[in-house]
Amino acid sequence: MVSPILPLTLDAVELRRGGKRILGPVSLTLDGEGITIVLGPNGSGKTSLLRAMHGLEWINRGHATWNGEADSVRARQAFVFQTPVLMRRSVLDCIAYPLRLDGIDRRRARDRAAELAVSVGLNATLDAPAQVLSGGERQKMALARALIRAPEVLFLDEPCANLDMASTAEIETILARTRDAGTRIVMSTHNIGQARRLADDVIFLHDGRIIESARRDAFFAGPGTLEARAHINGDLIP
Amino acid sequence: MNDIFQGLSQAMRLVLAFDPGLVEITLRSLHVTVTATLIASAIGLPLGAWIAVNRFRLRRYAIAVLNALMGLPPVVVGLFVYVILSRAGPLGVLGLLFTPTAMIIAQVIIITPIIASISHQAIRELWADYHDLLISLHASRSQRIGTLIWDGRRALMTAALAGFGRAIGEVGAIMIVGGNIDHATRVLTTAIALETGKGDFALALALGFVLIALAIAVNLALHILSGTERGSRW
Ligand SMILES: Nc1ncnc2c1ncn2[C@@H]1O[C@H](COP(=O)(O)OP(=O)(O)OP(=O)(O)O)[C@@H](O)[C@H]1O
Ligand SMILES: [Mg+2]
Repeated sequence: MVSPILPLTLDAVELRRGGKRILGPVSLTLDGEGITIVLGPNGSGKTSLLRAMHGLEWINRGHATWNGEADSVRARQAFVFQTPVLMRRSVLDCIAYPLRLDGIDRRRARDRAAELAVSVGLNATLDAPAQVLSGGERQKMALARALIRAPEVLFLDEPCANLDMASTAEIETILARTRDAGTRIVMSTHNIGQARRLADDVIFLHDGRIIESARRDAFFAGPGTLEARAHINGDLIP
Repeated sequence: MNDIFQGLSQAMRLVLAFDPGLVEITLRSLHVTVTATLIASAIGLPLGAWIAVNRFRLRRYAIAVLNALMGLPPVVVGLFVYVILSRAGPLGVLGLLFTPTAMIIAQVIIITPIIASISHQAIRELWADYHDLLISLHASRSQRIGTLIWDGRRALMTAALAGFGRAIGEVGAIMIVGGNIDHATRVLTTAIALETGKGDFALALALGFVLIALAIAVNLALHILSGTERGSRW
């Protein structure tokens, strides 16, 4: 048995870009099981936080430490980007790509990709170029690609932003199933209902800092800060 | 106008008759340029990809030098290769001057920067698109380059074709290093220069039409073979 890659510890992590602090200092520990939902207004640092955890951002101060060497544990995580990355390949080959990197032969990788396409509800022509997919289909394609390696930790940056209600429900079912199968999930969203349905924990970001971090019920029962309360009530903060 | 019609009809006649002289220099043109394009692509494509994905200290200078080399005057390249290969030059012992090999060397020097520069541009755009995904998936360095070259293959073919187009029509350098020797180093472009000099415009034009047809045929053949038009949205 290989040792697990969790816990992940962020110790006073700070990102600075263009002379401005865009995230931090942020400290947290990610361990155990379940889904952590990251909430916060536009520009509050959700994407930056997820990317910093995954190791895609240069950290100016503080440390992010996985249980293992940062580059090699990344292959056991997956990231669904806010804007899906489309390769110049067929839909099926896009989904199969991570397995191809692992040296799995094309036939088997594509068979597995086809199964995942079905399970995420991607009903597009799988042999068409990925570029023809609609916005929502692209997000399903990206989710299928992220799941294909059965990651231990899955990051999703607003995966349902372009999806209709039926597709959103489908994706939520898949995410709940993935969580139950033991994958640790960290996901940002602007959909408060989705956060209520899926979250085990909630992190609330404001201005690059975590101003609340609680179990789901505690968070929604009574957010301690004005900003979080306004955010979940849909109030406009003056 | 008269010259042009005469040239066209003479071109027809030469082609239809499979004129041995014409066939010989056409094949030599193809041999020299295709070989030069293959060698220049083998150097230029990976070089362009490498510069696109690696950050190194002198990268900006490397790109600037590459772009400057694209504008190398062929005559100067020819002169340079001539001096190197001439009997008294450093590689004189090889006895390559006035051979097709010397012409290939000159063409490789002329088109490698073109191929490298165009492929660098194409791969850099693809790398910007793929960067986060490839890092996230922990693709190794060679897997990254392999993926970029494979997914960018159409743009890279365009780069190679640009090199081919430049080389097949080049005359200054190969005239100097090849010498335009009949049955040895005469190719379409040098033959055109010769006939024009002699005042035989019809024959020169005929050779010119063959040259143009050749360039178009090679481009078309490659595009059809690679199915560029099928996946127009790629
Ligand atoms: N490379 C960069 N240079 C300068 N500023 C940046 C850079 N990257 C991010 N930022 C800024 O950092 C802040 C946080 O961005 P981030 O994308 O993390 O927000 P977000 O919470 O994901 O927002 P959204 O809900 O709109 O997706 C923004 O104000 C953004 O403009
Ligand atoms: Mg974001």
